[in-house]
Amino acid sequence: MENKEYRSIHKSVRKKDSMQLLLGKPVYMDDITPKDALVVKLLRSPHANAIVRSIDVSAAKKVPGVEAVYTWEDVPQNRFTIAGQTYPEPSPYDRLILDRHVRFVGDAVAIVAAETEKAALTALRLIRVVYDVLEPVLDFRTAKDNPVLVHPEDDWYPPCPVGGDNRRNLVASDVSEDGDVEAVLKDCHIVLERTYHTKAFNQAMMETFRTYTEMDRYGRLHVISSTQIVFHCRRILSHALGIPKSRIRVEKPRIGGGFGAKQTAVCEVYPAFVTLKTGRPAKLIYTREESQIAGSPRHEMEIRIRLGADRDGKIRCVDLYTLSNTGAYGEHGPTTVGLSGHKSIPLYTGNLEAYRFGYDVVYTNMQASGAYRGYGATQGIYALETIVNELAEQLGMDPTVLRDKNMVKEGMRMPAYYNEEANACALDRCMQHCREIFHWEEKYPVRDMGNGKVRAAGVAMAMQGSCISRVDVGSATLKLSEDGTYNLIIGAADMGTGCDTILAQMAAECMDCSIDDVAVFGADTDASPYDSGSYASSTTYVTGKAVEKACAQLKEKICSIAAEMLDCRPQDVLFEGKRVRRIDSDRAVSLEQIAYKSQVFNNTAAEVTASHSSPVSPPPYMVGMVEIELDKDTGLVTVLDYMAVVDCGIPINPALARIQTEGGIVQGIGHTLTEDVRYDGKGRPIHSSFLQYKLPTRLDMGKLRVEFEHSCEPTGPFGAKSIGEIVINTPAPALTHAIYRATGVWHREIPITPEKIALSLTEKNNA
Amino acid sequence: MEIKLTLNGKTVTDRIDPDLLLIDFLRTHGCYSVKRGCETSNCGLCTVLMDEKPILSCSMLAARASGHSIRTLEGLQEEAADFVGFIADQGADQCGFCNPGFVMNTIALLREIPDPTDDQIRSYLAGNLCRCSGYDGQLRGIRSYLESRREKGGSHGK
Repeated sequence: MENKEYRSIHKSVRKKDSMQLLLGKPVYMDDITPKDALVVKLLRSPHANAIVRSIDVSAAKKVPGVEAVYTWEDVPQNRFTIAGQTYPEPSPYDRLILDRHVRFVGDAVAIVAAETEKAALTALRLIRVVYDVLEPVLDFRTAKDNPVLVHPEDDWYPPCPVGGDNRRNLVASDVSEDGDVEAVLKDCHIVLERTYHTKAFNQAMMETFRTYTEMDRYGRLHVISSTQIVFHCRRILSHALGIPKSRIRVEKPRIGGGFGAKQTAVCEVYPAFVTLKTGRPAKLIYTREESQIAGSPRHEMEIRIRLGADRDGKIRCVDLYTLSNTGAYGEHGPTTVGLSGHKSIPLYTGNLEAYRFGYDVVYTNMQASGAYRGYGATQGIYALETIVNELAEQLGMDPTVLRDKNMVKEGMRMPAYYNEEANACALDRCMQHCREIFHWEEKYPVRDMGNGKVRAAGVAMAMQGSCISRVDVGSATLKLSEDGTYNLIIGAADMGTGCDTILAQMAAECMDCSIDDVAVFGADTDASPYDSGSYASSTTYVTGKAVEKACAQLKEKICSIAAEMLDCRPQDVLFEGKRVRRIDSDRAVSLEQIAYKSQVFNNTAAEVTASHSSPVSPPPYMVGMVEIELDKDTGLVTVLDYMAVVDCGIPINPALARIQTEGGIVQGIGHTLTEDVRYDGKGRPIHSSFLQYKLPTRLDMGKLRVEFEHSCEPTGPFGAKSIGEIVINTPAPALTHAIYRATGVWHREIPITPEKIALSLTEKNNA
Repeated sequence: MEIKLTLNGKTVTDRIDPDLLLIDFLRTHGCYSVKRGCETSNCGLCTVLMDEKPILSCSMLAARASGHSIRTLEGLQEEAADFVGFIADQGADQCGFCNPGFVMNTIALLREIPDPTDDQIRSYLAGNLCRCSGYDGQLRGIRSYLESRREKGGSHGK
């Protein structure tokens, strides 16, 4: 496969929308929607847990330009989830559009719609609310079976049996295992037991949450939203508003980043409700503060691991328990937690004799969490990779050699990964390659630079999945136009990742045409074929395969139209890209002629729709190595060199795969070193702006180097697996490792800020 | 109040509220390239040129721009088109939302320092956040533009 010559695949072509984006053309929601829409603003709770005793909106309604003010009394009383997941959703139905019970600082209390932003903001200030303030649950370690219930309501409803119980603040709970964990641990020479803590990091995509709604020319609700999930969004709105899906159309324009945040319908219900009530166009654009405090960040997790190994470094047992904090609502709570074990433990399939993976997901009175690139795997891999580094240091063994001994290899069956086989796995080659080009042998030893600064290195491996097996559906519609070019219509959502382009590359490869001859459109619930949406690392792998299928089917149709023109049977012609030829002669018709024929006295549609789902979710693999310089006086960590080698199968577009990797690494560096999530004693978030929540700048990431080791996934399109999520998983454990090497201190909570490092060194020196 | 300014070479007169921010004035006048990313002067998405110097339009009142010349990416399409293809070749445009501010500041950089070093590029653009690309692709794009310009004999150098 690797040596095959492709025309369009495995090529670094420009994204189809590149020049529009780079030249600042109006392509995002707020650029393309009418300016006279009602401005929607939300009044947000100042309390972490409270009941609205009374709410007086009379003064607010009198503000000139205010069209409407809605409170909990005005909205439908059927609970729903805003998690973008396939029905029936694993996430509990625990939300109302507005609830009398507000459950975190920032929870919506009232909706204001006004002609201008100024009028809306004035009205917000004039709403008088009397709250019965309740004690909040702010420590997720004490949430389970806490006498204070985050969701005491009787109509709390879990559509799937995931072990949740709202009377216990529990969203989900489970244990799975293979082998006799206790017996194997007892037999191990070394058993390490450690606990790690990761926080609720924000996606911080540059375009905040935003939605425009209007009644269209058929009197239907037309939603233009910055979303990764047009179809799920339509279903969520239908549930929330109590109107049929046929009365809703959801489309996405270009999206200014998502990273999973927009896999949850964070803001869609509010303007939709306004438009439905008033009949008028409405627009809601979250401020950065709202995106930070009332968005859908990563789940905070505490992960306890017992790792059993022999003296020679054979890792025989992993016992992993995750406590996950879903915050005030349960979006993606039951599913993210699963990845913390299922997408970390299989890395050590090599000698694993037994594993156990248990978890609890709890409610607290903090911002609700959701989907963020990595989706629980990031947290689990941080913990497992760190304890493996701790084991290596304890054994005095090179941590890359320790991994060589234990890692999953091609052909192995992975009991901890749904018993799937590692069809295509180049993890061993990734490690070897990374070691060589990073110069691990030189950089691993700690080097004192003589000026209070120390240089050191760290390593980590990672995996992810490619799609949710047996769930995700990808689809593609392919149509022939009369000039012999194609329209590719998808329901997957390009959020900057370049999926429109890589899917066009696949279509061009299959149809033997230029990528310029494939026009891509997506995504719109009225026009696109059903697709679960762009998440779970599924688009390349699942929708890509749907494109392949659609191309094969369209070729058949084209050949059948051509056969009629060539007076022969369809099996007697050959598709040659620009033309179809009779096998037995040189008689041929051009694609253009066939396309025109398809529009005259024709009963065969020159278009097809194909869908694809996968029974497996082949993991991509990766190795990351980092070299840092650490200032022992200030605790400042400077990233000097980050080297990553990724096995994403065959990269469809190497330039885009590389940028995905670089972007993921820098996000990972951010949540390991600078992005802190903090609340005050009353549950009020402190990380509410970019002044406090420090994203990495281009001065913070050092030198990045990314390379690929190819494997060929037999179930993927052109041998491809996923790339989008895995790339965020190595920085936290690799940096934690390097910081230990430089200081002799293991930090078991991220982020590891300079203050924490400096304080730990003071403590160490005093001890 | 009434203000009069030059917007992308054309004189614009308008009555505005005194507290109107320049970013909102510009978007009202069709300059949709100007994006709001943070409201706290941290992200650089709203960068425009005032009297040919880069400023953050979210942190300036429209009234203060009265009597000045403002340029947005809408008015610098040709100068931008000169180098943004090199960013596209790297795939570093990604979601694109930060691109206009980044492109505006890069234009300012290349006017001020026609042949910058990598460190000069990084520090000049440090205020332009990008959450997608990891920054390195943007740097490679600028670098390959500079190299191609040098090969062509520096004809585009200002």
